Amino acid sequence: MSVNYIPRRFTVIRDKERCINCGCCVRQCSNECHLFADDGKTVISDSNSCVACHRCVDLCPTGALRIEKYVCDYRENANWTPQYQQEICRQAETGGVLLSGMGTPKPYPIYWDKILLNASQVTNPSIDPLREPMEIRTILGRKPEKLTVEKKGKSTVDMPPQVILETPIMFSAMSFGSISLNAQKSLAMAAKELGTLFNVGEGGLHPDLQPFTDRAIVQVASGRFGVHSDYLNNSRFVEIKIGQGAKPGIGGHLPGEKVSVEVSNARMIPEGSDAISPAPHHDIYSIEDLRQLIWAIKQATGNSKPVSVKIAAVHNVAAIVSGCARAGADIVAIDGFRGGTGAAPTRIRDNVGIPIELALASADQRLRDEGIRSRISLVAAGSFRCSADIVKAIALGADACYCASAPLIAMGCHMCQTCNTGKCNWGIATQRPELTKRLNPDIMYKRVVNLITAWNHEIKEIMGGMGINSVDSLRGNRLMLRGIGLSEKELEILGIRHAGE
Amino acid sequence: MKRIYAIEELCLNCRLCEVYCKTAHSQSKDIIKANKYEDPAPVSRVTVYGDNFLSAALNCRHCDDPRCVKACITGAMTKDKKTGIVYVNEEKCIGCMTCLAVCPYGCIKVGKPAVKCDLCRNEDEPACVKNCPNHALIYTDLGGEDE
Repeated sequence: MSVNYIPRRFTVIRDKERCINCGCCVRQCSNECHLFADDGKTVISDSNSCVACHRCVDLCPTGALRIEKYVCDYRENANWTPQYQQEICRQAETGGVLLSGMGTPKPYPIYWDKILLNASQVTNPSIDPLREPMEIRTILGRKPEKLTVEKKGKSTVDMPPQVILETPIMFSAMSFGSISLNAQKSLAMAAKELGTLFNVGEGGLHPDLQPFTDRAIVQVASGRFGVHSDYLNNSRFVEIKIGQGAKPGIGGHLPGEKVSVEVSNARMIPEGSDAISPAPHHDIYSIEDLRQLIWAIKQATGNSKPVSVKIAAVHNVAAIVSGCARAGADIVAIDGFRGGTGAAPTRIRDNVGIPIELALASADQRLRDEGIRSRISLVAAGSFRCSADIVKAIALGADACYCASAPLIAMGCHMCQTCNTGKCNWGIATQRPELTKRLNPDIMYKRVVNLITAWNHEIKEIMGGMGINSVDSLRGNRLMLRGIGLSEKELEILGIRHAGE
Repeated sequence: MKRIYAIEELCLNCRLCEVYCKTAHSQSKDIIKANKYEDPAPVSRVTVYGDNFLSAALNCRHCDDPRCVKACITGAMTKDKKTGIVYVNEEKCIGCMTCLAVCPYGCIKVGKPAVKCDLCRNEDEPACVKNCPNHALIYTDLGGEDE
């Protein structure tokens, strides 16, 4: 065995007093961290491959296991940190691009944590959501410029297709291939129960999800996997995926070993072949080209569905969103750089893109300045950790939010960031049958429903405190926000005042 | 009657059912004492067969017409008329293993008294079902004949 120059990341601590040698950890760890000793009875641990996914910790019936960070000090150096040294060693060994899963772990500023919310006192009453109606129903789609009515009061406006959501929270795109069918099914069942939508991602629609198509957003991405007439029509709306927050400007690569029979059928590609999404759509090189594709999709669906365009938050995001609106998009989803992914080159994930807070605020402002805000619905994506983040996003101008990491955590994800290895012990980011069966949709959908229901309650509670009884009155209501510890420029871009002002 | 059904598509092969069964049928009812220190060591009534790819937990089917009850030479093996649960009368059992030989499912284990699932008859729900992390064991009444 060659020396790999990289110390292990974690140590498994086994409390021998509590361990009953039942072997549950041995059978559950797909990284093979636990094993039986030669006597065939005593369980021991080999920490080298531990990724801290906590599967063994959570399933151990006696609580005998604990994962600890393996501390191995390097000579202090603020520039050449252990992480960079280890990554160099890994590349020296493999010669490859570093890959990671989930959103960036780097300590970039999180503006949600630097924005404070308002509440009513004395001069205006707060509302108790348990006693009074509180509206969080959200309607997405292009809104008419103005409303005209005939004498009897009937609208004479041709209403563009609208999508009604019972909560401003939707589940963002995760394809079958990047996540397991059981994970997708759980989200689909949860979306149906919650009256919201889930996004099937770019991997086509598995036949098992047919009963949930009225709750499905289907994606048309650069790889065009699984796209055909029925796919477009079996959906609530269609999304053109231009970019992803975790990896703006680059495509996707689902390795051949993950392309099982089921995945190959859904994606309409040969079994075992690599599923490669090119970086650009090769038919979209301009706003005019995007307009053609939007038009083509609207034709294919008989103008019955809104068409969404999903872009990554990059430097000129406001102008790009404006262009998408003018190209005929009904919904524009902006994905911030903290957004998750099944696999992305580490350097891209950690260095490319801008935070969703700034992108959302500048896009909303630009659309308002140009007088075309009502033409599109803005959907924000890219790491919403709690209901307060969602409230802040709506107050910054979002119509709805895409959440994915939070529901995944509800289903067992522990953010070990090794989705790309396909060995997800929780049965989420894997296609291995012995692992995917660990995720029972009947249990997991309820956990997701519970999570979003709890967030809905909290959103109502926060809105009530502000004296607002409808999410529509919160949308773009930046007076409800105050910045704390932010520079003049940051406040200007966010369009909010500093706390105390 | 209510019986335990195993759903092999959901079974994780974690074998926690065995651990909790042992605990439920131990003297101390304490998971660490029962699985580590008790003497005689409690025996699990349920056994998971298979590997990570395909596994299922097997325990007594509590047959409507149980052969073990018919074959028992001392009348220790009893089918409760009210609940339908087949259990061993510990005082009568001499450990002759006749029941073990006639059980078509191989669900009785060697011991004196013979070791078999009693559906945790003093509890609301069997320990294996209660503690299955993936709901691969269900405790329900599907009616009809068992076999």
